[in-house]
Amino acid sequence: MGRARLVLRSVAPFLLSLPVLWLLQRASPPDVSIVLVSIAVNVILAVSLNVVNGFTGQFSIGHAAFMAVGAYTAALLTTGLADVQLLGLGEGASDGVIFLLALVAGMASASLAGLAVGIPSLRLRGDYLAIVTLGFGEIIRVVIENTRALGQATGISGLPAHTNVIWAGMGVVATVVMARRLLLSTQGRALLAIREDEVAAEAMGVDTVGWKVRAFVISAAFAGLAGALLVHKIQLVTPRMFTFVKSMEVVVMVVLGGMGSITGSIVAATVLTVALEWLRGLDQYRMVIFSMLLIVLMLTRPTGIFGTREIWEAVPRWLRRRGGAA
Amino acid sequence: MRAARAVALLAASVALVGCQGKKPEAEAPAKAAPAQAPAGDRILVGHIGSMTGQEATFGQSTDNGIKLAIEQWNARGGVKGKPITLRTYDSQGKPEEAAVAATRLVVNDKVNLLLGEVASSRSLAMAPVADANGTPMITPSSTNPRVTKDKDKVRPYVFRVCFIDPFQGTVMAKFARERKIDRVAILRDVGNDYSMGLADFFLAKFKELGGTIVDDQSYKAGDQDFKAQLTAIKNKNPQAVYVPGYYTDVALIARQARELGMKQPLLGGDGWDSAKLYEIGGKAIEGSFYSNHYSPDDPSPRIQEFVKAYQARFGSVPDGLAAQGYDAAMVGFDAMSRAPSLSGSDVRDAIAATKGYPGVTGIITIDENHDAVKPAVVLEVKDGKSVFVSTVAP
Amino acid sequence: MTEFLQHVVNGVSLGTIYALIALGYTMVYGVLKLINFAHGDVYMASAFAGFYVASALGVRDDPTIGKALLVFLGAMAAAAALGFAIERFAYRPLRDRPRLTALITAIGVSFLLEYGFQLPSLQAQGRTFEEVLRGWGWGVPGWLHALVGALPADFPPGPTPRFFPEPFTRVDWTVLGGVHVSNYDLVSFLVAVGFMLVLQWIVYRTRFGRAMRAVSFDPRVAGLMGIPVNRVISLTFVLGSVLAAVAALLVAGSRPRIDPIMGLMPGLKAFVAAVFGGIGNVPGAMLGGIVLGLAEEMVAGYMVSSFRDGIAFAILILVLLLRPEGLLGRVTVEKV
Repeated sequence: MGRARLVLRSVAPFLLSLPVLWLLQRASPPDVSIVLVSIAVNVILAVSLNVVNGFTGQFSIGHAAFMAVGAYTAALLTTGLADVQLLGLGEGASDGVIFLLALVAGMASASLAGLAVGIPSLRLRGDYLAIVTLGFGEIIRVVIENTRALGQATGISGLPAHTNVIWAGMGVVATVVMARRLLLSTQGRALLAIREDEVAAEAMGVDTVGWKVRAFVISAAFAGLAGALLVHKIQLVTPRMFTFVKSMEVVVMVVLGGMGSITGSIVAATVLTVALEWLRGLDQYRMVIFSMLLIVLMLTRPTGIFGTREIWEAVPRWLRRRGGAA
Repeated sequence: MRAARAVALLAASVALVGCQGKKPEAEAPAKAAPAQAPAGDRILVGHIGSMTGQEATFGQSTDNGIKLAIEQWNARGGVKGKPITLRTYDSQGKPEEAAVAATRLVVNDKVNLLLGEVASSRSLAMAPVADANGTPMITPSSTNPRVTKDKDKVRPYVFRVCFIDPFQGTVMAKFARERKIDRVAILRDVGNDYSMGLADFFLAKFKELGGTIVDDQSYKAGDQDFKAQLTAIKNKNPQAVYVPGYYTDVALIARQARELGMKQPLLGGDGWDSAKLYEIGGKAIEGSFYSNHYSPDDPSPRIQEFVKAYQARFGSVPDGLAAQGYDAAMVGFDAMSRAPSLSGSDVRDAIAATKGYPGVTGIITIDENHDAVKPAVVLEVKDGKSVFVSTVAP
Repeated sequence: MTEFLQHVVNGVSLGTIYALIALGYTMVYGVLKLINFAHGDVYMASAFAGFYVASALGVRDDPTIGKALLVFLGAMAAAAALGFAIERFAYRPLRDRPRLTALITAIGVSFLLEYGFQLPSLQAQGRTFEEVLRGWGWGVPGWLHALVGALPADFPPGPTPRFFPEPFTRVDWTVLGGVHVSNYDLVSFLVAVGFMLVLQWIVYRTRFGRAMRAVSFDPRVAGLMGIPVNRVISLTFVLGSVLAAVAALLVAGSRPRIDPIMGLMPGLKAFVAAVFGGIGNVPGAMLGGIVLGLAEEMVAGYMVSSFRDGIAFAILILVLLLRPEGLLGRVTVEKV
């Protein structure tokens, strides 16, 4: 594959989706747009967790912690720089650049946190890794609740409302492009090898711990992005938003969509967010119905909605089959 | 190499968006500016509460109080001759859910009045939505000063009918000093902004009045065991322990303190107000004091009538949150009936002009910060109920 | 010194709760290799079962040993039935699937119990239903009205916490110049130790235990050897749930506040304790629970209480990094 074609494959999704997102942003009233943003945030979370849980076959249940790190970093930056005007830029552009910086900073700090957790803990396996990620999530929450600069239990309010459908949509595109490119690369093959059989992978010369840490860091970075996007939509960041329950919700999305399927994660995150929103009028019955749906879905389709398949693999095959039949 | 290029690409493409993103953003307030038309021949009230999750008991109490207020107004023919309907959305105790639910209520359902939330962290997520769309919002029991403020500016559409943290913390500090209590330990709920706020202001005022804080411990709501903190406190030998939490935890704290042989009175805030406190706390809670909006044994008819009506409707004694939910709704309907029209800005002005409204939780006057000004009472727990001790004016 | 001893007593008492729940966790995990997330909710449900039995018997006004026994038996029976049903309908169909799949149903079951118990009571729901019928202009048949009246007014309990009456009278002793110990602490600890010994005996000394170990080692081969795999797994679940019920009643008796999400945090902590001690290992669960309780107690008592959970988890992570198989776990060599 030519170099130019490779670059194009990475850039094209951004360029193609930009006008679509722009139209969506223009067309959607605030109630639709906030739901769209929460769908986008959940998609980013699910796809990024899929990198660890689905591609690599590790079991992390502390995704909310990385979200929190990214969210707080970005929130501190945007509130701290709220009155700063960048030279040579209009007010809107200046805010945009600052927000972009904040997002990148959020991703960077979350990936550092991912590195700090990943290096020691990824030598562990299975349930032990789960416990460590869970514990890390609790530790982050406790630290935030005890830090005055982070607003303790009240958190930081009055964040600028930067996130809109375009920003959130771009976040989704970036995450999906990352996951897809990763999956199709040599690195991705190494991750899949670890998932299928860690011992065999190691025997074949795959640096298992190294690749696991890398997957973990990437995943954490995008969780940080999701956190940063979310808090700039609801203009508030509190430790309550990043609990163990949030982490579990993301795990549910990944498994429901199919471990290792990017399409599955996207669909599951979207369906779950929309379903919960649709059930909102049902009050207390909402979560009861939701949990029953979860059980029934898992019992009837244990591999998740998509298994490990992807839409871009399934559709051409399906078209070919139809073509053959006709 | 490839990774570096990917990062650069990503940065470049998102930067592209950065410049684009601002334009529609700037138009958003303009689009929302025309105040919403009242939804035809009925009045819709939106309530956001944690109907499920860890704080569901508070959300459901508040919802019951609101329901009672609506039923009473409807029995009288509604507001301006229009019946009132309630739409309640669950926030599950999550700020992000509260924000989405508020947006839906305000934009999609076009409610005339938004009520909620119990916790300040969730009201803080709703407040920008109410402001941006010009829908008046009254929070029944969010006590953090920042709920009605956006930095230094008062939020135009957000009001509250409860105390703010500084007031209540100060009330109890003054009371403790009046009782010649010099040494107090604090036990606060670290995950709850209400508890943190009260504890902080109590601490500051108590020290200012010459008292000593001998220990400052914390717990987490839902814990089963508080003996570690209590043992540490006991060793510092305070004369009283300030526990500004909710009754769900305070009852257990009181029991465990007595089990450890601590005889000091506990001090608390309006989060204590529930019959469950006496039921679960039993003898252990006797002799403790807390600040509240009203005293349930107050003979004034409006309080007794409320307690009776609530019991008849829901079969249980109302707690403080139910009373506050009831008052929030009542203040809102009272303002609506006074307002020239039901448009957001008219109702807002009417709420802001509320003066001396005789609520269950006290005579409510809304001040220029959109906070309720009302005196606090200090109650003592005696023989399984609370007994009036003194009134503290704001 | 008195303070330190008091902390030790408190820590052991807290650790006992974790240990009792962790024993059930570890049993199920040992056989199925499944993290039964619903275990904490079985604990909650059995506390409520005990509550209903106690209310029916009037334990609150007149506690006797006989009634206490009935409360325990009732709660244990309810827990056993619930555990059996959960395994049969939510886990068994997924037994040959990847473990994560069963984990998601476990979360689903856990949510279902937590949120189901937060619903308004059946009677209130029935009344709402009648109102809806009337709202549509339909009449309410007499039998329906009678049925609604006959529904329990107290189930589901709703989110408001309930007071759990003491099954047996609490006695507090002051020993060693000011250390407070209660009979509940003592009984709980003895029960936990007793259960640990009994479980250990069952696992290593009985036919059933041998069958359990065989199933744990390889279910398919165990089946080929004539072991009734389904029955063994069902019984293990029932056993674990009964343990949860006993834990729930002992906890609720001394800390008399029960609510639908009371199982969430203790369940999580017990899971941590089980892993800490070496998951699947019975004495390990006991030890893990006690160590976790003591660690939390000491952090809260002598360091900063607001860091209690954080430091407990930090210690746990450190131990796991140094000894990844848990305190008493056996190192498993992975073979190709």
